Amino acid sequence: MQVSLFISCFNDTLFPQTGQAVVSVLERLGHSVDFPMEQTCCGQMHLNSGYRDETVGLMRRFLDVFEPCDVIVCPSSSCVSTVRTSYPRLAREMGDAELIRRTDALAGKVFEFSEFLVRKLGVEDVGAYYPHRVTYHPTCNSLRALKITDAALALLRNVRGLELIELPKSEECCGFGGTFAVKNADTSIAMLTDKLANIRSTQAEVCTAVDNSCLMHIAGGLSRERSGRRALHLAEILASTEEGMRQ
Amino acid sequence: MTDFAPGIVVERDFPDAARDALANTQLRRNIGKATNTIRAKRLKVVGEMPDWQELREAGRQIKAQVARHLDTHLLKLEEAVTAAGGRVHWARDGEEANRIIGEILARHGAREVLKIKSLTTDETGLNSALAQRGISAIETDLAEVIVQLGEDRSSHILVPAIHRNRAEIREIFKRKLAGTENLSDEPAELAGAARRYLREKFLTVPFAISGANFAVAETGSVAIFESEGNGRMCLTLPKVLISLMGIEKVIPSWRDMEVFLQTLPRSSTAERMNPYNSVWSGTRAGEGPEEFHLVLLDNGRTDVLADEPARETLACIRCSACLNVCPVYERTGGHAYGSTYPGPIGAILTPQLNQPGPAETLPYASSLCGACFEACPVKIDIPRILVHLRGKIVGRKKETLAGKFSGEAIAMAAMARIFGSARLFELAQKSAVIGQKPFVRGNVIPSLPGPMAGWTAMRDVTPVPKQSFRQWWRAERGAESSAKPGGSA
Amino acid sequence: MSEARTAILERIRSALRDVPPGEDASTDGVERAFHRRGEPGTPETVARFAERAAAYKVSVSECDSAGAGAAIHEILERRGHRRMVTAEDLPQAFVPHGCDVIVDHGLTFAEIAAADGVLTTCATAIAETGTIVLDHGEGQGRRALTLLPDYHLCIVETDRVVSLVPEAVARMEPSVKAGRPLTFISGPSATSDIELNRVEGVHGPRTLDVLIVRS
Repeated sequence: MQVSLFISCFNDTLFPQTGQAVVSVLERLGHSVDFPMEQTCCGQMHLNSGYRDETVGLMRRFLDVFEPCDVIVCPSSSCVSTVRTSYPRLAREMGDAELIRRTDALAGKVFEFSEFLVRKLGVEDVGAYYPHRVTYHPTCNSLRALKITDAALALLRNVRGLELIELPKSEECCGFGGTFAVKNADTSIAMLTDKLANIRSTQAEVCTAVDNSCLMHIAGGLSRERSGRRALHLAEILASTEEGMRQ
Repeated sequence: MTDFAPGIVVERDFPDAARDALANTQLRRNIGKATNTIRAKRLKVVGEMPDWQELREAGRQIKAQVARHLDTHLLKLEEAVTAAGGRVHWARDGEEANRIIGEILARHGAREVLKIKSLTTDETGLNSALAQRGISAIETDLAEVIVQLGEDRSSHILVPAIHRNRAEIREIFKRKLAGTENLSDEPAELAGAARRYLREKFLTVPFAISGANFAVAETGSVAIFESEGNGRMCLTLPKVLISLMGIEKVIPSWRDMEVFLQTLPRSSTAERMNPYNSVWSGTRAGEGPEEFHLVLLDNGRTDVLADEPARETLACIRCSACLNVCPVYERTGGHAYGSTYPGPIGAILTPQLNQPGPAETLPYASSLCGACFEACPVKIDIPRILVHLRGKIVGRKKETLAGKFSGEAIAMAAMARIFGSARLFELAQKSAVIGQKPFVRGNVIPSLPGPMAGWTAMRDVTPVPKQSFRQWWRAERGAESSAKPGGSA
Repeated sequence: MSEARTAILERIRSALRDVPPGEDASTDGVERAFHRRGEPGTPETVARFAERAAAYKVSVSECDSAGAGAAIHEILERRGHRRMVTAEDLPQAFVPHGCDVIVDHGLTFAEIAAADGVLTTCATAIAETGTIVLDHGEGQGRRALTLLPDYHLCIVETDRVVSLVPEAVARMEPSVKAGRPLTFISGPSATSDIELNRVEGVHGPRTLDVLIVRS
């Protein structure tokens, strides 16, 4: 299958290894990956912060870049949720029939990475090997907007050597919430503190998820604990094999 | 008595109020324990309903019809209540509602009036308005008694004293109620003390004020859902009953109750059914009050109605499920929201009923995690409305010079420009690698200045790696990518 | 009519300019895909009602119609209640014997409150939620009767037990349309206002007994 990668501006800039992992897994499964170089940002931050005009510009741009693609895969559930849910809604709020048609069409062909593997390709075992104790944090967008927690967990259960530990109170937000973490830093930190305590209680070495934004928030807190515990995107776990052990 | 009138005027920015609340360990423990208990209970009673989603959808549709034809339903309600022997009054704002109620009571020479817990009267600041006329309002719901005697403020829609534990309640009762010297902190004993204190009031005070959970346009019936029986006392024993309701509480037909009689109890008290629901229509010879007044309150609701994307805010049935599942509310409690309506629903409702000012910080008091939307029994998309309100705030600010040139507006505009071009974006990535250099320590950035200082107070920042994904891709696959669809635009 | 009324209605109409004129205002078109029909009066439905009422700490017993008098007598003996209030139209079969029956021909609130308890029938009962519903018609008396005494014994005839809430709402429609008040009772009065601990018995009857009579 020809798969177009929507990396997200955040991963492109801060977590290139996640994108590399997605490419590696998809190619291992025999698919062909392309990367539309004109892509930048879906506009999620502008949208959620109330900058609608700016969002509309970025949405139009996103449509121009990705419309020629057949299948679009993204390793960020919040970005997928923006394209799948927010774009069509924004188009409707604008009352623009052409935009409604375009956003609806696009919404049907964009997938979160784990969702794509399990629900679209029907693959739960990608041949990964990761001999570590891992806990999974279902990020809010993956849990409530996309409802793909089962897919991620199925993939993790099939990773050889991986010991999956259930995260207590996993459904609670880590406190990131984009600009929320800055505008309401105190409350965000209070939420993170509880999330970290729950992660600590699993004694896992690694906390994984399908959004690097939430993971950066969690990692930023874990790093202060100096426990060595770390946060890692699911794609990177799935990319690691016995032959090429990746950290 | 307490004086916080009216209950929806927010005085402090949420982040400041939240900071204080977060430091109160007693409050954190009380609220954390209570919200976690009720969450588990709600999941259990909702989980046993195989048709829960269908009920939510029906509730949403009924409430949407109410909003779309509010004038029709209110006129029908007025007609039916009047035909049943009641009197209907209209109040444009809280002050007008307080005046109408005050005048009815004054006409009867009332010195005291019983009250059933009512958010709407808290919203209008009715108690203090009545106090100015020399009429004392006696709260009869146990939690409201605790709040009133403690000269405190409600912090939850359903359980106003959720922030108080049994030890604190005992202290309040011992200070304020006679004959409580040897009171223990057992909930049953504390409830017993309230029963004794109020029994005499119920039998002697001939005036009562209530809110309304629903009012049926078709039959002119008003419904009150409650647990303790204080509601039944106030609805049955007094001679004069006055109910204050927001105009959005009307429902078209009696049959519509079949939905809310199921969704409200399971979402609010997390029971299959709360102990008592009362329904009455006007007045009836030999049965209940001789005089019934229904006051219909606007107080900003028509503004919400006019803002179509936010209109569904008015669908709220005040169950409080969104508060109980909210990770922000769980940590800050209700007082931080500074309003009668705290939590997620408050974060959208309060600013819409308010003037610009501190209330504008409320739509940002959410990580948009979506737990509220999932729990809402009438499917109000609270995260979507939060974002819509943020948009309105940004729009208003852009109209002022200070707002247009605020740090945030400039940064957002700059970022939008950068994202407008892949070339500029890549340039920005490269500059970030250079710009961050003074802040990087090993593998992390432990401290940043300006607006990002809040982040690094507790969290390290991941530095920007030297090679972005696109640079890697170009280096590895440069040639092939441009041939693919959308590869270059 | 008042200035406020005119102003509010005007504001509503101007807020709703997006609603096409002539659109149906009723809720007849609402999708009601939830469960609406159960099996009223069947042994399974009655058993579920008994189980769900008991979950609220209601003490539930059962008898056939011929044994109602004896069963009532036995319950009141066990509770030790001697002075029971009833409505004047309580069916003869349910009038307790062997104790003082105070019939409400216009009792004062104090007189009602001074009784040991009240005995009534009900209009309908809901199995799903363990709820009894009074429309204050025959055998049920005015609202104050079932409110002021500390004890309530409610007779539930099996043909009045429905499975689901929507069935009860449909059954009560004629009563509501006739202007009767309704009282839904699910267990004795309770509060969870102190640390969300449920405490039975605040202002209404602290004890509720239900006698199911097979009809």
